[in-house]
Amino acid sequence: MLRLYGKIFRTGVLTEGIPPASKDEAVEREGARLKAVIDKRFRGSLSIRQVDAGSCNGCELEIHALNNVYYDVERFGVHFVASPRHADILMVTGPVSRHMEAALKRTYEATADPKWVIAVGDCGVCGGEFGVSYASCGAVSNVIPVDLAIAGCPPTPIDLLRGLLSLLSDSVTNQAHG
Amino acid sequence: MNQSKEFVSKNSGRQESIITENLDARAMLDAALRSEGVKILPITPSPLLPADLTEIESEDWGKTAQQASAQNWRWAGAWAEDRGSDLAMNACLEKEGRYLILRTYLPPDEPSLPSHAPYYWAADRAERHIQDLFGIRFIDHPDPKRWIRHQAWDENAYPLRKNFPADGQPPPSTPPDSNYPFLKAHGASVYEIPVGPVHAGIIEPGHFRFQAVGETILHLEERLGYVHKGIEKIAEGRDPLGLVKLAGRVSGDTPVGHSWTACMAMERAAKVEIPLRAAYIRGILAERERVINHLWDLAALCNDVGFAAGYYQFGRLRELWLRENRALFGHRLMMNTLVPGGVSVDVPPDAAGRMQDSTASLRRELDELLPILDANSSLEDRFLTTGVLSSELASALGALGYVGRASGQRFDVRRDVPYSPYESLKVRVPVEVQGDVASRFWVRYKELRAALRLIEQMLAGLPSGDLVSEWRTPKEGAEGFGAVEGWRGEILCYVRFGAGGRISRYYPRDPSVINWPALEKLVLGNIVPDFPVCNKSVNGSYSGHDL
Repeated sequence: MLRLYGKIFRTGVLTEGIPPASKDEAVEREGARLKAVIDKRFRGSLSIRQVDAGSCNGCELEIHALNNVYYDVERFGVHFVASPRHADILMVTGPVSRHMEAALKRTYEATADPKWVIAVGDCGVCGGEFGVSYASCGAVSNVIPVDLAIAGCPPTPIDLLRGLLSLLSDSVTNQAHG
Repeated sequence: MNQSKEFVSKNSGRQESIITENLDARAMLDAALRSEGVKILPITPSPLLPADLTEIESEDWGKTAQQASAQNWRWAGAWAEDRGSDLAMNACLEKEGRYLILRTYLPPDEPSLPSHAPYYWAADRAERHIQDLFGIRFIDHPDPKRWIRHQAWDENAYPLRKNFPADGQPPPSTPPDSNYPFLKAHGASVYEIPVGPVHAGIIEPGHFRFQAVGETILHLEERLGYVHKGIEKIAEGRDPLGLVKLAGRVSGDTPVGHSWTACMAMERAAKVEIPLRAAYIRGILAERERVINHLWDLAALCNDVGFAAGYYQFGRLRELWLRENRALFGHRLMMNTLVPGGVSVDVPPDAAGRMQDSTASLRRELDELLPILDANSSLEDRFLTTGVLSSELASALGALGYVGRASGQRFDVRRDVPYSPYESLKVRVPVEVQGDVASRFWVRYKELRAALRLIEQMLAGLPSGDLVSEWRTPKEGAEGFGAVEGWRGEILCYVRFGAGGRISRYYPRDPSVINWPALEKLVLGNIVPDFPVCNKSVNGSYSGHDL
């Protein structure tokens, strides 16, 4: 046990952007802006349900990385939740496979209003490497309404943070669907 | 024979028997087949080197599998191909580091073939995949219900037939596949738990149907195919670089592994030899891919049993390597680093120095974490004896990678069918025999350390030279076979060129195709709450399976 505690103490806090010991300015800048918006619009709490609707799993790896010690997205009030019922935002990766079309629509319907949809990754944004075919519907917007696109193959955690921020600071909160 | 020397040099105790087996595996199988009246037509020289290629009559297809199974050949994969006037059907077997590809031809109208599934567990879903996409009926298949097809195309339409357009004729909106005939259990206090396709986490989609009594899992049936994106179909007509790009997205956690296998198959078909420096750089990229994925799996396994400190420590180490990937190779997951004929990234001396430092530093961290993990009783409680896959089952399935090696299966392409640069390196392959979650955790830990050693060997021996060889367009009909040890295990690939150097057929076999069925067995008798950690310990790729 002592070894474990020792390792934890020696590792210290590595989360970037806690002033004044900022190591990665991008994390700090984007993160602080994000927090300000979430504080204002969502009283400090924004819940995201991630839905893989046909991705190669590359985007999921980078979305996961948002929770590692360097980005620690939860400190900004952003949580990934287990049910669409708990979510403000659906974060959808694609392309939407035809076999996931019904499941994605049902997940969208199960999400309470007001809700927003972020399409993540080149495939989710425009179909990417897979496009539209007998097996793929292509972009997420071909299946459900999309409020924001975060491109990249896959987008980096910083791209994802920036994207989240742009959704919220764009005052789209007044234009929610339904 | 080069192979057998390599194999024997690290197993001197078993030297003689292995040489005999290695020389005789093919001869023994051929003799058994002849005595069964099977007409075999070996194609020499094989167009699919290092694999042998043998043609047989379609009515002998099942009998051949029966003999091969009796002689402990491993069943490694199957793929079909529409060649216009007929359908070519292929199955890949392996024994003692020797690949044998069986091939037969079928008429395009109502084709049928004796199934391999009665003799090989792993053939079950692979044949159903072919049945749904080519319309080949497998006689005596124990469970021939649809697999990769849900409701996006008609039962009597076959997307991988050449007359099926890539766009297909999908319905305006695809209904859910709600009437799939899952196995049901009946009886007092037996109940059913449907899970997925959308899971309660940041995970790929798939469906698991549990039959449980209390907390105990009585039966699990997997239903995959949700992320079928038509990869095999949209590969057709691509140029070689376009195929490498697609291959890098077969499974987003394995861009190097899959693009290497695709490059290898295309380069063999085109008879292009890559520069030695490119082979070393591919090796470095592949071992780095193993490191970041194993770190992530170790983190996630800790997380699934509530050991947050382990989750964050391994996640931290992984992020450092992702950042280094970005700095050195321009991409955190090392996508787009391979090209037909070589690599698109170099390792200049300063990059090599940086990787040497990060490798040494990761080893120090792992040294520090080892006693912490080892002495952690909560990990021990949850990992030991959980999700046991016996060596017998692993062998019957032909389980690959860390799943096989945690259950006594020794096969590793890097050592047993070595390819450049591994043929000049010393590849250590750790094996455990307990077959539980703990074994799959520790095999990964040991593979991680072995990968660090390989990276150091490759950095130290990095030859100078070109990064890419000039591409030579292969003639129509040229075909090639690739086999690479990805981080999940053996990846196979078949490529055939059409006119103008364009791809006519691409089939990538991710190790997950073989390993997924193991999960159905290893959870039996475990409690439902242990399913997540059991699933993570296998960590099959949904995308790599569904294609």
